[in-house]
Amino acid sequence: MSTLFQSFNLSDWVLDLWILATASLVAAACALVGVFLILRRQALMGDAISHSVLLGIVLAYLISGTNALWVMLLGAVIIGLVTAWLSETLHKVSRLQSDASIGIVFTLFFSIGVILVSLYTGQIDLDQECVLYGEIAFVPFDTVIWGDMETGTDLGPRAFWLILIVFAVVLISLLVGFERLKTVTFHPSLAVSLGINITFWHYFLMTLVSMTTVASFDAVGAILVVALLIIPAATAYLLARSLKTMLWLAVAYSQMAVWLGYAIAFWLNSAIAAAIAVSAGLLMGLTLVLIQLSKQYHKRTHAHPLRQIKD
Amino acid sequence: MSNQPPLKVDQLSIRYHHKPVLTDVSFEIPPGQTVAIVGPNGAGKSSLLKGIMNLTPAIQGKVQFYGRTLEEKRLTTAYVPQREEIDWDFPINVMDVVLMGRHGQLKFWQRPSRCDRQIAEQALKDLKMWDFRDRQIAQLSGGQQQRVFLARALAQQASLYLMDEPFAGVDVATEKTIIELFKQLKAKGNTVVCVHHDLNTVGEYFDHVILINARLIAAGPAHQVLTQANLNKTYGGRLSLLNDLTEQMYRSRLDNAHPGD
Repeated sequence: MSTLFQSFNLSDWVLDLWILATASLVAAACALVGVFLILRRQALMGDAISHSVLLGIVLAYLISGTNALWVMLLGAVIIGLVTAWLSETLHKVSRLQSDASIGIVFTLFFSIGVILVSLYTGQIDLDQECVLYGEIAFVPFDTVIWGDMETGTDLGPRAFWLILIVFAVVLISLLVGFERLKTVTFHPSLAVSLGINITFWHYFLMTLVSMTTVASFDAVGAILVVALLIIPAATAYLLARSLKTMLWLAVAYSQMAVWLGYAIAFWLNSAIAAAIAVSAGLLMGLTLVLIQLSKQYHKRTHAHPLRQIKD
Repeated sequence: MSNQPPLKVDQLSIRYHHKPVLTDVSFEIPPGQTVAIVGPNGAGKSSLLKGIMNLTPAIQGKVQFYGRTLEEKRLTTAYVPQREEIDWDFPINVMDVVLMGRHGQLKFWQRPSRCDRQIAEQALKDLKMWDFRDRQIAQLSGGQQQRVFLARALAQQASLYLMDEPFAGVDVATEKTIIELFKQLKAKGNTVVCVHHDLNTVGEYFDHVILINARLIAAGPAHQVLTQANLNKTYGGRLSLLNDLTEQMYRSRLDNAHPGD
């Protein structure tokens, strides 16, 4: 009896570990691409793509009939790029503001996705709740099995492998293309004058955003992924003096949010993803307050000698 | 290099939202000189530079760099945009901005080499900004920001420099440094083309002047082009008023620079 109890406890702990590992990778990947979205003032585009990839996933599934990882990724990337391209075209052709065009395109795509999900509920392993909010607690139960369904080895959660692959792709892309991404982000017209193809780099970044959001889907859903894309990167922006430190800080903040959020969820017995998003917000608020306080402290220490002179 | 002119513009026309900004502008620039593009606000000076660099699509016209297309001559052409164009809060330091001038020579996976760093260092020293190399760009004054931009162009080691209002809103020290830079570039046989707004200094700083106001008014050596008749044509009747205004502004700026006088 006691051995049974122990092994049960151990597998419980393993579940927690899978959840935490998945959440950490999701948060880190989102933070990295989020930095570029923030600096390029395209935070809304991140929001848009994170929603429209739903349509990509559903279409990919309906067309191919499988839910293999690479099919989902491909569907999401294609729809993500179409979202970026269509928003820009709408903005140019109709002369609507660019944020309005983005809002029109992604809500349309997302709604079509929702309709398809409700039409084919029986066939698609997605429900509307899950799409919107995700459920990271269920992540460990949907596993990848190597070999036969009955006898094969369990390799661990599907969501974990998906985000691991995507995180690796994002990391390698940033390492290899770092200098170009920096130039294109900092000063597009300079980049053009140097002969750099900024359109390519724009869509390259949108590809990374699409992959990241689709991989984050299972874990945190379409709404909360936006929090992870924007908040850690925005917090890092408040502090960073170079692009490299901004990337490191964003990842550090995202990891702190994951740990803090997990603790809060455990304590309140609440939804994990939401608790992570709230923690990211809390950390941002705390950082803002600390920055303001240190500014005032500096002002006071600098003003002090002057006041003495006046007296 | 060759006996082709550094820059030849042929019947360039630019429209913005269906409104003509520039119509049928043609001119040629001699090598090794400083050239000013002068005209009133909204005359299309910046658009002309952007059109030349293909940053704004031209509806017609041809631009040649040393007799070649822009694509072939990108690396020998350095463009310095207006300072307002970028986000000065961007997390980047001075050295990294200047190193961007080397990106045209680098493949996308390459990092700047030791040689690139030496070139950037020299550019910063030439513009007296070496001491600021580790500063974040947000912590610079307007003049210092302009010098960083110019250092970046210098690091490109081009032979033709196109600058959009480098003297706008800079301090006296920066203005002197830029003039110094012009002399240096000319001594190497390089050509500098600037959008310029201050009529009081055009004759002093530039060898060659292009007057535009939606169309080309005149182009040629400064002393030939800067006549009352040409200026009247460029600025319309507003010239005398404008002249007084710029003179006043210039005076007040001098007063600000030397408050004790």
